[in-house]
Amino acid sequence: MPVNYLKETPSQTAGPYVHIGLLPAQAGLAMRHNEALNVIAAEGERIVIEGIVHDGLGNPVKDALIELWQCNARGELGAKGLWGRAGADSETGLYRFETIRPPALPWRNGQNQAPHCSLLVFARGINIHLHTRMYFPEDLALHAADPALQRVDSAARRATLVAAKQGPGQYRFDIRLQGENETVFFDM
Amino acid sequence: MTDYMRRDRSWHPPAYTPGYKTSVLRSPKCALLSLDQGPAEKSGPVFKADMLHELDNDLIRNYAAATGTGGEAIGERIIVHGRVMDETGRPVPRTLLEVWQANAGGRYRHRNDRYLAPLDPNFGGCGRCMSDDDGRYFFRTIKPGPYPWPNHGSDWRPAHIHVSVFGEAFAQRLITQLYFEGDPLIPLCPIVRTIRDDRAVDQLVARLDMGEMRSFDCLVYRFDIVLRGRQQTFFENRPEGM
Ligand SMILES: [Fe+3]
Repeated sequence: MPVNYLKETPSQTAGPYVHIGLLPAQAGLAMRHNEALNVIAAEGERIVIEGIVHDGLGNPVKDALIELWQCNARGELGAKGLWGRAGADSETGLYRFETIRPPALPWRNGQNQAPHCSLLVFARGINIHLHTRMYFPEDLALHAADPALQRVDSAARRATLVAAKQGPGQYRFDIRLQGENETVFFDM
Repeated sequence: MTDYMRRDRSWHPPAYTPGYKTSVLRSPKCALLSLDQGPAEKSGPVFKADMLHELDNDLIRNYAAATGTGGEAIGERIIVHGRVMDETGRPVPRTLLEVWQANAGGRYRHRNDRYLAPLDPNFGGCGRCMSDDDGRYFFRTIKPGPYPWPNHGSDWRPAHIHVSVFGEAFAQRLITQLYFEGDPLIPLCPIVRTIRDDRAVDQLVARLDMGEMRSFDCLVYRFDIVLRGRQQTFFENRPEGM
């Protein structure tokens, strides 16, 4: 007889009006109108991450909502980890985070992971959120030993997890939900 | 700290569900890449109770209080309460819940919602609360109305409240929707039907809780939420959660 655990509550799409609950300022609501969850105040090297979530036809997903989770400048997580939330722009689909560049962080069994930010993608039509990672293009030497990147078998797919540098401290990270150059999504 | 149990993806809706048309172009075609959990998956953001405003958990009053008109929302007054726990039955304490919903007529306060039902000047549709030390939470609101949406011609969404929960780790993050017991639209809804197992759908149905009913004020619905649980440690003798 298998052990009877409870079943996890099933996911449902966040739908098109997710901003009302999760980004009320973007929805134009009177409450919490000064909130800017995409700007993460923390000590470290300031960076900007921008990008667009694309659907299977390459069109921007203008209702996408992205959550970011990363370690602080000392590699700490938990209560000291850095969390943010950004909505795609309703006209252009562009999302934007202002945060700090994370250092390498520990993995299991004393291994290390290359610096990266974890990202969750929510949108209308996404039945359960998608989990991906954004790595930095300057860290190529560390990527070869990164436990997540090592698991991706093609170089082309690995490249979907690495941001493009647009200028000092400026990174571009597009996410492709489907089709050519589909972003790698994880089940952790 | 032990790992979280794997997500049972057959219990959740799959990504590609053609009955819900928007999923067709927004579903990855490649398999998800299975990966062990590291410190970033086994921990998550910690929100403190002092970030909550006094009326955050009262959707009947919070919008009109913010706009300064001070009225109350129109509709069937309800309290939603329940417990956040994990798959092993342990309470998930002090976790943030965020909720959003349409008004009693089925209209969202959102620029993209063009449904003809009127806006309620006293209703915003945004709320949040935190579970207590035993994982219990509650918020007060009005029962949302069902609304039509374009999918196959016009489909109707059953009355629902969108619910977002963090849990204690990024691996537990979950967004779902709460439905109401007895709503005949539940089995007809293409979004509900993205879930393949009727027992999983049943987990999303809040039950009328007459034991908690507030006379001449509110009906009460109970909605428990289960997040991923941790694997047991078989070879280490230390208290849970350490
Ligand atoms: Fe909805």
